[in-house]
Amino acid sequence: MSFLADVLAWFADPVNWSGSGGIPNRVFEHVQLSTFAMMIAALLGIIPAVILGHARRGGVLAVAAVNIARAVPSFAIIALALPVSIALGLGLGFWPTLLALVALAIPPMFTNAYTAVRDVDPGVVEAARGMGMTPAGILAKVEVPMALPIILAAVRVSAVQVVATATLGAIVAWGGLGRYVIDGFATRNNVEVFAGGLLVALLAVATEVGFGVLERLVEPRGLRMLRGQEQVVRPAPT
Amino acid sequence: MIRWDWIGRNLDDIGALTGEHLLLTGIAVAAGLVVSLGLSAIALRFRKTYAPITWVTGILYTIPSLALFAFLVPITGLSILTAEIGLVSYTLLILIRNIVAGIDGVPPAIKEAADAMGYTRRHRLWAVEIPLALPVIVAGIRIATVTTIGLVTVTSLIGQGGLGALILRGLGTFYSPIGTTQIIVGTVLSVILAVAADVSLAFAERVLTPWARRREAAA
Amino acid sequence: MGSRPPYPRSFAPAVLSPLQSLRSLGGTGRLARVSDVMISLRHVSKTFPGGTAPAVGDLSLDVPRGEIVVLVGPSGCGKTTTLKMINRLIEPTSGEIYVDGELATSVEAHLLRRKIGYVIQQIGLFPHRTIAENIATVPTLVGWDEQRIAERVTELIELVGLEPEMADRYPAELSGGQQQRVGVARALAADPPVLLMDEPFGAVDPIVRSKLQEELLALQDRLRKTIVFVTHDIDEAIRLGNRVAILNVGGVLEQYASPAEILAEPANDFVAEFLGSDRGLKRLSLIPISTVDLDPGPVVAPGGTVEEARRVMERYGTDWFAVVDGDRMLGWLTEDDLRGAATVPRSGRRFRAWLTRSSSLREALDAIVSGRTTMAAVFDGDRYLGMIDVDTISREIVR
Ligand SMILES: Nc1ncnc2c1ncn2[C@@H]1O[C@H](COP(=O)(O)OP(=O)(O)O)[C@@H](O)[C@H]1O
Ligand SMILES: [Mg+2]
Repeated sequence: MSFLADVLAWFADPVNWSGSGGIPNRVFEHVQLSTFAMMIAALLGIIPAVILGHARRGGVLAVAAVNIARAVPSFAIIALALPVSIALGLGLGFWPTLLALVALAIPPMFTNAYTAVRDVDPGVVEAARGMGMTPAGILAKVEVPMALPIILAAVRVSAVQVVATATLGAIVAWGGLGRYVIDGFATRNNVEVFAGGLLVALLAVATEVGFGVLERLVEPRGLRMLRGQEQVVRPAPT
Repeated sequence: MIRWDWIGRNLDDIGALTGEHLLLTGIAVAAGLVVSLGLSAIALRFRKTYAPITWVTGILYTIPSLALFAFLVPITGLSILTAEIGLVSYTLLILIRNIVAGIDGVPPAIKEAADAMGYTRRHRLWAVEIPLALPVIVAGIRIATVTTIGLVTVTSLIGQGGLGALILRGLGTFYSPIGTTQIIVGTVLSVILAVAADVSLAFAERVLTPWARRREAAA
Repeated sequence: MGSRPPYPRSFAPAVLSPLQSLRSLGGTGRLARVSDVMISLRHVSKTFPGGTAPAVGDLSLDVPRGEIVVLVGPSGCGKTTTLKMINRLIEPTSGEIYVDGELATSVEAHLLRRKIGYVIQQIGLFPHRTIAENIATVPTLVGWDEQRIAERVTELIELVGLEPEMADRYPAELSGGQQQRVGVARALAADPPVLLMDEPFGAVDPIVRSKLQEELLALQDRLRKTIVFVTHDIDEAIRLGNRVAILNVGGVLEQYASPAEILAEPANDFVAEFLGSDRGLKRLSLIPISTVDLDPGPVVAPGGTVEEARRVMERYGTDWFAVVDGDRMLGWLTEDDLRGAATVPRSGRRFRAWLTRSSSLREALDAIVSGRTTMAAVFDGDRYLGMIDVDTISREIVR
């Protein structure tokens, strides 16, 4: 088990805990970029989805978005983002990765948020209209709260995908935790590869669990009782 | 922007990579299906095992592929085996969920009718439940296939990858038009493969489930 | 105002099916000899896992060969449980069940079931198989050759009243009533001696249900199967059953007898209440006209005088009379029709429909009430037999 001992030693080595190549900085880079990407994608994906879902229009778009997102590999999106970023004069590293992650995160959030709002029990919406609520009131006080559990689940699965794909940022010269794995492959350093993999996996699982906890806290209590099996469309793994 | 002449000169190479991509995908989905059928059989026979099975395969699905390869490389090296283990593990959640949901979705009255006419349990499974679950199972296979075609590109990082290898080469020379061409060709062909596989499987499903087609026509 | 003709222009009771009438005569609960028993339940109980009280507790019941026995009772009383114990879809907790003299548990369940047809409300047709393939299910399981299966399928499709071209359709392409017919054909396919039916007509509309009931009785007249039929509808039970078993919650057998006996003498308050307040009317549906005396009625021969016709109408208190030549009914006329005439003509208005000797008293009553009169004409084919009046019927109600 000398390999695992080597991995432990890698984690114990102070060199790996300091400087731009240290674990704290790599985690920070990874989380920071993922957070930016998620915030932009949520704005661009969820808001139109909620409006279209309220109007019950644009179902074709929702279906197309998720199918296209599945068919185009995340790896290819990162690669494609590079020439685009260069053409825009944004260079290597941060920008192509951000571009790619935003592009990846929009479709699942759009589709899930759209179907969540569209599929709110029509009886409830009808009742709200019958009580004299305005369309905006119905949207804010009925449809969005009722769709919230699914929207949050969609945010969670997208966040997990973003964190996973951010790892691939290393191939376009960005930092983050993917660096350890990619550099390890290049230098045939299996210890660094393994340690990097461990950190990436931990961060992905932590994202999943963390958002899961958040969902439970935010979800209206009445809806929690209705909660069935997870109905969100999951994006492809990366 | 695209160097068509480069494409023309490298058709053989592109064809070989496409073939490799399909092979990697085919092996992964076929093996994933075998494993999933086995695990689904266990989950259906012993209901208590379903939650743990989906929990474990769910975790596998959450772990980024690069991390999974990182765990495997120290053991199985930069090999096709490493790639396939990773690819197969991502098919499990989707396939098992759809197989179990498909079988569970067979109306109880139909199962009861089969029992009442004297089917044995095994015979009922093959003659009634699996055919009726087929649309849901095939839907799972379609998603698994399309996602695997995408994931194969990542295996270029461990020396495999089919069209992913082409994309990776393009990244190595991103500053040249040839690099861009390689990235675009790799991406486009990968998307075409995904769409073609999806359409073929949808077609296969229609051929295998004539009763569902007639119902659509009647409805 | 006097009474009107038995069948005014706008009202006419439906012509009765001979079967319905036949049924009215039968089912007088003859006691079965032991060899005549097809299914025998001996002290059968079922307690479901986790259940406190038994769903069925200590039920004993003999089903005579070739008869329809209907299990009827409120929802949740254990009818389905009882039925499913016969083909072992549910295993009893205790007690024995014999099918054709053999202990049901002495053979493997799936082999037992191939000899017992089963029809349920949800039908359970295989959606992925054509109608012909659905019907062929059990013959295929028991290994008939293709030729024999094909012939049997054709025969059954006709037997249950479906069109031959439906054989190659899928169940989703058929209406609910048609699907239920396929369900019956499939259950009959390998000619099982026993048929179990669990609310088979519960999901179809009343008109189709009535038709399916009639067809079932017609089939039974030809096939003489032993049928155990479950329903919560007492009218259906009375109509179909040679014998009716009334169950209470927990599978308690409150009464087991012919419909006529149950209606005439309910065993206890539960049964009486279950039969409903129109029990007397229900009973009338089981008594054929042939059991009561008919009246000659207000009739005049053709060529009779107008005076004679007036006298007849006065005697019967009607404003119409029938023209009868020997035993030929020529039609009916009103007083107005005689204005200016010297004698009664050889013709009259046609009767819209008629009662026969095997029609039930309930149908006679219905004919009288919908004709807004006091009597209705009864025929045997073309032969006029006489009239039945309201007083005769009401005497039967109180008897
Ligand atoms: N599989 C089962 N598990 C537990 N309880 C059951 C089951 N099936 C029926 N029961 C119970 O047994 C009783 C009788 O049910 P059932 O035979 O279906 O009634 P019926 O057919 O007369 O409506 C009911 O109280 C019902 O809830
Ligand atoms: Mg029932």
